[in-house]
Formats: sequence, structure tokens, C-alpha cells
Amino acid sequence: MERLPKWADIVLVPLVSLLLAAIISALVILAIGQDPMEALNVMVTGALGSAYGWGYTLYYTTSFIFTGLAVTIAFHAGLFNIGGEGQAQLGGLGVALACLFLPWPHWSLALIGAAMAAALFGAAWAAIPAYLQARRGSHIVITTIMFNYIAASLMVFMLVDVLRPEGQMDPATASFPEATNLPTLNDLPLFNLVFTKDVPANITFLFALAAAVLVWAILWRTRLGYQIRAFGKPGAAAQYAGINGFRITMIAMPLSGGLAGMMAINNVMGEAERLLQNSASGAGFIGIAVALMGRNHPLGVVLAAVLFGFLFQGGAELGLWTKIPIELRIVVWGLVILFTGALDHMVRMMLARVFALFRNPAAANGAA
Amino acid sequence: MDYATLLQLLDSTLRLGTPLLLACLAGLYSERAGIFDIGLEGKILMAAMSAGAVAALTGSVWIGLMAAIAGAMLFAILHGIASITFRGNQLISGVALNFLASGITVLTAQALFGQGGRTPPLSGEARFNPITLPFAETLKDVPLIGPLYYEVISGHSFLVYLALACVPFTWWLLYRTRFGLRLRAVGENPASVDTAGISVKGLRFAAVMITGVLCGLAGAYMATALQAGFGREMTAGRGYIALAALIFAKWRPWQALGATMLFGFFQALALRPDVVEGVVGQKVPVSMLDALPYVLTVIVLAGFIGKAIPPRAGGEPYVKER
Repeated sequence: MERLPKWADIVLVPLVSLLLAAIISALVILAIGQDPMEALNVMVTGALGSAYGWGYTLYYTTSFIFTGLAVTIAFHAGLFNIGGEGQAQLGGLGVALACLFLPWPHWSLALIGAAMAAALFGAAWAAIPAYLQARRGSHIVITTIMFNYIAASLMVFMLVDVLRPEGQMDPATASFPEATNLPTLNDLPLFNLVFTKDVPANITFLFALAAAVLVWAILWRTRLGYQIRAFGKPGAAAQYAGINGFRITMIAMPLSGGLAGMMAINNVMGEAERLLQNSASGAGFIGIAVALMGRNHPLGVVLAAVLFGFLFQGGAELGLWTKIPIELRIVVWGLVILFTGALDHMVRMMLARVFALFRNPAAANGAA
Repeated sequence: MDYATLLQLLDSTLRLGTPLLLACLAGLYSERAGIFDIGLEGKILMAAMSAGAVAALTGSVWIGLMAAIAGAMLFAILHGIASITFRGNQLISGVALNFLASGITVLTAQALFGQGGRTPPLSGEARFNPITLPFAETLKDVPLIGPLYYEVISGHSFLVYLALACVPFTWWLLYRTRFGLRLRAVGENPASVDTAGISVKGLRFAAVMITGVLCGLAGAYMATALQAGFGREMTAGRGYIALAALIFAKWRPWQALGATMLFGFFQALALRPDVVEGVVGQKVPVSMLDALPYVLTVIVLAGFIGKAIPPRAGGEPYVKER
């Protein structure tokens, strides 16, 4: 099979995958008797057409950057972390405990404290499957799925039986104290020139970008990052080079879980300002799509997170203004994961044919 | 806990364990052939929606059952194309198909019926109704065994008995037929099967299709027997619990029956917190009972109750030597 040029592999493969996903989504919309162009129009207007729309898109983007980075760092260590959802929920628990039970004088201190708690809780929730994989050989995919369900039950227990204030009906914590409320983008200098209305996107967005840079630096500019990437490659080379697999697993997975957990400062602390049930609302799973689409590179993850933020917000707009159910966005995520993650060989094979055609028309004709 | 309560619990166990059993056997065929399938959940959901929708439209549960099998088969074929034909990542394909099913089922149900992503409630011929086994009425008054037969074993739908029959059938197929031998071989060492001149791809596709049929039965049971119609996300993780049961059972049919009934029993217990409270002597939060099957799975996976070793070639696409 022809090898693709590097730029095509990095840029074209995800774009073609996205295009295929978009075409099938359009067919799905046609099949349920709606108009795909109208749908696209509503999505673009609602998610990108105004500063207010961007305020929502960037809010979701922030969560997806964290969960996408979480999946990325685990992927590089050869580990498929499907547990982002549970780790993000545990992160929410960490944020809630930090915000409710510690007296914070100012939001900036609260942010640091809550971020540490979120990362710690998320990391701990990932560390158990990591240990079980590294020491007891249980498959990390299955254990992380199980830990998602255990996390969901644990959150129900914590919210219904422990953290729910006396006399309140819905399973949620009390609202966090005023001093822990994070500034949204319309409160920040410079940003408030664009965002004039109150939007959910908050200062965590900047944190997420910083996290992306940090993950890049760890993976490609440190000895640890080199070891993680070497360990993640197939074969035993890393082992012969003296890289301790147990150590790498026990570092990479908690790093991954910590990043997923940090998502909670965006949604729990920055937006809801109390802990609700099912707080991660699927962002942990979307992280898988974001990482695949972003080709497991932090820059790609940020771009893919914007795309999925657009899809998430645009999908919500569809649910509001058209007859297309909001669940369309789940279909789109599924298709993107399918094409970028499972059918990537097919996309590459298609592209290689096209390239062969351009490079050497005679040979291609001869082959045909 | 008295005898009557125990019988009620066992009755619920069989009712709730059946979809797990069907899904677990479905996973067994696929994984024994070397194709990991974490997309059981999606296939069952797809089947449940197809069964609910078609049974509502036609009024016949049997046509609904056919539709359920077709719906699950469609997703099974997609999984086969991604993971066998194009040698894609089987885990990622499963995750993708679960997402796809979760969205497409609601979209379809909404487009067809406009009832918020549900299918209309089914009744009469559009459902699998309980079957009273022979002599159940007459034997009812025999002490101990009579009520057990009447309450627990009799009075389930056709699909429950079919699922139970699938257990010995699967055992026979896997261990007593040529097809079964080849199926197990292709999951352990596909190169040897290939050397013997048997198509690896063909065998694996056959296994994946059987998985589709069984997931179809599981979904049909969910929408037309356990409940009367499809509701969004009605499978509620059963595909994953079945996967856990499969590992617990170490990929063997009889043990799969035991594991799924155990997990079914936990689900039945979670529905009866009063019983648990009576036995334990203090209030146990329902959420903890809900988590029990998953916690148990993790303990099993960690090898504390014997080691579970998956089929050796599982998850790896087979590349023919050139």
C-alpha cells in the first residue's frame, strides 16, 4: 500500500473522516424528514453566530480539552482510558468538598485549592484501575468502564445520603459560598470587550489551554514523556531499555485521571456552582472522540475540542429550534469516533488510492 | 426472609438475568473468535428499539423479534467491517457503535412516533406474554417444590426459555462440533486456522453475526417482554454487565449462566431494599446495591477469585502472511 505524505496523514485523514461523518449525519437528518442545510444553519448561528453563542461553545470546549488531554496522555502510554466520565465525576466531588468545607477568602485561592482537589480525586479514581492493570493484569478498558458505573453509584450515594442539605428534595449539594464563584469571561478584562452578556465560559478556559501546553511539554520535552511514549509503542523495546512499565502505568493513568477530574472546575465550580447528579454529562466519553480527532496531540485536541464544543452547543440549539432531537449530536460523536478511530485504515486506503492517481496516472490506470 | 419472598426474588432474578444471559452468550461467540465486543450495549439498544417500533406498527411481536435481530445484525456487521475487514481497533469500534446506537434509537423512535424518543406502549399480541408451563396449576400446592415450580420456573415469556436453551446449545456447538472447534481456534491462534485452509475472516464474521442474533433476542426481550415498549437508554449498562459476567465466567457457557444469574440476583436485590434491610439488620443505600455487580466484577478481574485469561488472539486483527 502507498504511504501517505506526513501532512496528509496529519491533516487530511481527520478532515476526510469528519467529512464522511458529516455526510452520513446529513443522510440521517434527511431520513427523519428534516432539512440538513437548515440544521447546519441553526447550529452555526446558535453556536458561532454571536458572542453569546461562543460563550457556550467555549464553555463546552474547556471541558472537552481536559477530557481529550486525559485520553491523549493515556493513549501515548498504550492505555485506553474509557473512565474519563467517572474520573470527571469524582473530580466534581473533590471540587464540592473543597468549596463547601474549606473557608476560602478569595476565588483565586479557591480555584487553586479546588483544582488540586479535583485532580487528586480524579487521579485516585484512575489509579485503582492502573494498579489492577499493572500488578494484577486486569484489562484497563473493562475496569475503567466498571469504575464509571461505580462512580455513578457513589455519586448517587454521596448526593442523596451524605451531601444533600436537610429539607432539599433534589439530589445535589448546597450552593457553594460566594467567595468560590469563578469569574466568567465577561468579568475578565479584554474578554469583556467581546463578551458583554453573562456567559458560562469562565476563567477555566485559560487553565485548559495552559494544561494543553503542559501536556505537550511533558510528552515531548521531558524524560518521563519519552518513557511514556516508548512504553506505549508495541513490542518490548521499552522494557529492554530499562523503562519500568509499572511505574509508567502508575504515572500516566493518574495524570490522565487528574486531567479528567480537573474538568470539574469548569462545570461544577465555574458554572453550576454546586454539585449535581451526572455532572460530567458525557464529557468524559466525548474526550475519546476529541483525542482521536486531534490525533493525540495537544494542539489537535484543542482544535477538536472547539469542534466538539460547537457540536454540543449547536446540537442543543437544534433541540430548541428545530424538530431534530438533541440526540443527533450523539450520532455525530459516534460517527466521528467510528471513522477516526476504527475505520482510519479505510480512510487511509482511500486517500492512498487518490494520491497514487495523482502521482503516477499511468501506473494507476495499469493497476485498474 | 420467608420462603415466599425468596421465591419472589428468584423469580425476579430469572427475569432480570435473562437479557444478561443472552448478551453474555452473544459476547461469548464474538470474543471466543478473537473479536472483542464492547458494543453489546449498543446492539441490544438498537434491537430493543427495532422490536418496540415494529411490534407497535404491526401489532405482532414475532415481526418485532425479526426486526430486533435485523437491527442488531446491522450493527454487528458494521463492527465486523470495521474490525475484521479494515482491521480497525475493536475497542474503539465498539465505543463508537454504542454512541451511534444511543443517538440513532432516540432519533428513529422520535421520527416514527413523536413521543419523546419512546415507542408506544405494547399490549396483547404485540408482546411476549407469560407462558404457564404444564402442570404448574396442579402442582402449585405440593409443598416446597410446587411453589418453586409455579412461581419461579413457570410463568415467564418464551424468550426466557429460549435463552436457557441457548446455554446447552452453545456448549454443544463450541465443544462438540467442527464449527465450534474452528471458532475457538480462530480466537486462540488464527494463523493455524488459516494454515488449515479455513477462512479466518469468514469464521470471524460468522461469529460476529451470531453475536448479532443473540443481541437481537436480548433487545427484543427488553422491549417486548421485560417492559412494554422501548425507552431511551433502556438497556442501562446491561451490555457492560454482560461483558463483566463473560469475564467472570471465563468465556464458558455454563459458567455464563451462573454469572448472569448471580448478577441478575443482585439486580433483583437492588429492587427490594426492604429485604436487604431485613437480612443485614440495618438500612443499606440502594446506590450501594446498584454498584455491587460492578464492584464484584472488578474483584474478579483482579484475579482474587481465580484468574480470567481471555482468548489469546482477542483484539488483534489477523493479517494474512504474503
